[in-house]
Amino acid sequence: MSTSESTIPPATRQSAEEFIERPDHAEVSREVRPAPPRYRNEIGKFSVYRSSDCIACGRCVETCPHGVHVRPDGYRPMMRPFEYRCIGPDCAETDNYCIDRCPQGALSLTENPAFKTIGDCRWTADLLAATWWMAETGHAPGPHLQSEIGASGGGFDKLRIRFPASPPAGLRREDVSTELLLNRRNDARPKLKIDVPWYGGGMSFGSTSTNVLLGRARAAKAWNTLTCTGEGGYLDRLIPYKDYVITQVATGLFGVREETIQRTPVVEFKYAQGAKPGLGGHLLADKNTPPVAAMREAVVGTSLFSPFPFHSIYSVEDHKKHLDWIAHVNPRALLSAKVSTPVDVDMVAVGSFYAGAHIVHLDGSYGGTGAAPNIAKKNIAMPIEYAINRVHQFLVDEGIRDQITVIASGGIRTPADMVKAIALGADGVVVGTGELVAVGCIRCGNCESGRGCARGITTTDPGLMPMTSIDWATQRLVNLYNAWREMFVELLYRMGLDSPTALRGRTDLLTHLDYETND
Amino acid sequence: MPSKYHIHTEPAPPRVRPVGKLGIVEWREDCSSCHNCVKRACVYGFYRDEADRLRDETGYLDYIYQCKGCLNCVQDCTKGILTRVVNPEFERLGDEHYTPDIILSTWYQAETGRIPVSGAGYGGPFSGSGFDAMWTDMSEIVRPTRDGIHGREYISSSVDLGRKLAHLAFDDGRMTVEPPPLIESPLPVMFDVIPQRFHRGKVTSSIAKAAARMGLYSVIRNEEIPAGMAVDQNNIVPYLNGDRRGGSILSAAMVMIPDGEDVHRVRSRLKEENADRLVAIRLPADPKCVRRVLELTDAGAEVLHLVFDSHGRERGAQKPRHMRDVLREVHTALVKSGNRDLVTLSASGGIALAEHMAKAIVCGADLVAIDIPLVLALECRFCGECGRDGICPIALEDVDPRYAMRRVTNLVAAWHQQMVELLGAMGIREVRRLRGETGRCMFFDDLERETFGRLFGKRKQ
Repeated sequence: MSTSESTIPPATRQSAEEFIERPDHAEVSREVRPAPPRYRNEIGKFSVYRSSDCIACGRCVETCPHGVHVRPDGYRPMMRPFEYRCIGPDCAETDNYCIDRCPQGALSLTENPAFKTIGDCRWTADLLAATWWMAETGHAPGPHLQSEIGASGGGFDKLRIRFPASPPAGLRREDVSTELLLNRRNDARPKLKIDVPWYGGGMSFGSTSTNVLLGRARAAKAWNTLTCTGEGGYLDRLIPYKDYVITQVATGLFGVREETIQRTPVVEFKYAQGAKPGLGGHLLADKNTPPVAAMREAVVGTSLFSPFPFHSIYSVEDHKKHLDWIAHVNPRALLSAKVSTPVDVDMVAVGSFYAGAHIVHLDGSYGGTGAAPNIAKKNIAMPIEYAINRVHQFLVDEGIRDQITVIASGGIRTPADMVKAIALGADGVVVGTGELVAVGCIRCGNCESGRGCARGITTTDPGLMPMTSIDWATQRLVNLYNAWREMFVELLYRMGLDSPTALRGRTDLLTHLDYETND
Repeated sequence: MPSKYHIHTEPAPPRVRPVGKLGIVEWREDCSSCHNCVKRACVYGFYRDEADRLRDETGYLDYIYQCKGCLNCVQDCTKGILTRVVNPEFERLGDEHYTPDIILSTWYQAETGRIPVSGAGYGGPFSGSGFDAMWTDMSEIVRPTRDGIHGREYISSSVDLGRKLAHLAFDDGRMTVEPPPLIESPLPVMFDVIPQRFHRGKVTSSIAKAAARMGLYSVIRNEEIPAGMAVDQNNIVPYLNGDRRGGSILSAAMVMIPDGEDVHRVRSRLKEENADRLVAIRLPADPKCVRRVLELTDAGAEVLHLVFDSHGRERGAQKPRHMRDVLREVHTALVKSGNRDLVTLSASGGIALAEHMAKAIVCGADLVAIDIPLVLALECRFCGECGRDGICPIALEDVDPRYAMRRVTNLVAAWHQQMVELLGAMGIREVRRLRGETGRCMFFDDLERETFGRLFGKRKQ
């Protein structure tokens, strides 16, 4: 294999059955190990072609430090180039440019035509490829991939971080903490802390493959953070990770039981979802397979709509009753209210605080979904970039900012987005799409139709699910988290800050390209 | 229980080869004819379908329409000879307003009658111009009905056209005013005059019949009303040019006349002829239209129809504003004058998506009128050949009337459903209450100013 890879064996494929039979698999480490792509031809920015003029002299293998050229041990012919690892024309300025070094002129470099067709304004092809790289290697990609911003032309993509000319003396990277405290209330409930300033958003059983859900839970355990059941019920196979799994209570109340409330460290009330604010969840009929229907206590093959909103809630007082109910069922759980971003999002946040929530989770309008009307995804509610600062400022003015944890989601793609969200006033963030991209999502948007995701990520189809194994998904996510943490620490270090807490609300460390003060 | 407004849809698959977005091509030679060809493994089976269609001469052949772009074949091919491309023909569709994606979405709605639904978050730009710089509100707990998805049919999408009195007057228990005539449209949409170049075969009559079947009104030039189509039974609004009276227009519930110097005289003669018939006045949405709307309303106009250009922009202005800003100005001026309910405001030009309809109403229109989407529903590719007297690539002139009605009906049904989605999310039970509700809407400029403006000062021009 390529010289650049370590000697640790890559993550192996593993079947669901093997997994259940070996409880020690619930133990999972945050060690970075190579988790190569599961497809033969990973999509990269560039295409390297080796013509039949190649004489297999092996100079390219010696030349390329990125592992594009590989000659398997004991073989004379070269493997087809691992094009996605190529850093492109920038390489020509180094001594490692295989195109020039090839004595036969057998190599050529072009842009990969498929690369231009993937991605969109928010998740550009660069961001997708950068995330795949992080998931494979556990570290940030090189500068040939834009790994910080997308091209949506607003919000996070126009905000920039202002770094001081030099970081303050005395601050070391290893001193930068990434811990996030989730309970800021002065109550008897646990002062739960997670090791990174993000946790995983709700993805329901039914919408997402069991292998991916388990991979997420295992990565959450490895990194001492959280993941969330979504509204489709609590899979028994998640029980070994119960200290890291949030139980979501959504309007459909699918699979919500006393024991699922009692075993969780955090109960999340999903009032609304950013991608389809004001509309209920929607699982299309084809994805309602027998196991999904059993979990949701529904009829197989029918479309499952969650109502909107909670039918027991008409007011903040009702909301308080709702939270009280859960608080009594599980006296150790923290309570989170996941809301969307309406005009009065600031009032909603204050209402959640008075109802007793420890966490108010704002889900912006450009957030992810397994299925939503396009009209809702584009048009309803405000993008998270506006909501964070409005809520933060309002809570500060009300004098309650330090008693509630504000979590932002709905378009957080990179550590740079996390830094911007926290600087705008959030305490931490929730991620979802980024994790799916790490396990191979290309954002084709066909999660909802037919048998679900053709790439085996958001599907419960028994024929498609095995495309992603639990171990592979786990390792990809463990790697992604490691890369994100490294990048997050690097950004904080360059800003001269030692923790996300020190960053919160520091809008003075941001600038916006469209404003005159940026000049 | 009162009957609910429901549009019956039936699938209407394309009759000609549609233009798809993505396709898979073999961009390198070197196929090894291996036995585990990725084409056989396609999850969606489209290579297989393509082969079947090749044998079946009546089917369309374009696999590009079918490819969902999962990239499985591209990424798994043993030799890596496949790649994905965006169909160049797709990129050439439409113009900067009627974008290829809008056209594809319109075709989908016309084919299925369903709301376009997809997975993954929104991937478009953060905001844009015109209606793309607006977001509608939602409510966390308020809901028009408490029945979740099953209460949607209680959301009313109907609007009234005509003058609505601010109050009634009584004398000794008897009403002393006579309420002016009103007509009801079950959706805030009229079908506007279809541009001349699309008048081919049965296109206009099919569109008008589809409107009538759904209870909607369609505006047709008086001289172009298809022979044998009863005006009253088909909800036709004859558009009169010049002083015309009598004949078939007598039975119309509403007629439309152009604004002009003698508009008051024409209008009053039409009212003399039949006081119960509404007279709509069609005027260009130019920089002077606010003043004109106020004048016409003062003079007793019942329905005013503002015509924007085909991209929804003001006419005759050096720096044309978007319909959004013009409608807000007109609506606000009418509200300030105290006459808002005395006139029904309709707007046309550039309404390309269901969201445009909703947003135009938020900005102050009572209803909108559409034209191009109706033709797009009939598979039009907006290639412009008809404007150059060329051959229509989809042979619009041969379209079967029943098929055309189905496609148009499907499109409108999908728009209706989307309107209900937006209203439901806002917690608004009827579309009448959406009019001018800018408080239940967020504008890009306002959000920027209130959020980033506070932090970063003045926005660059």
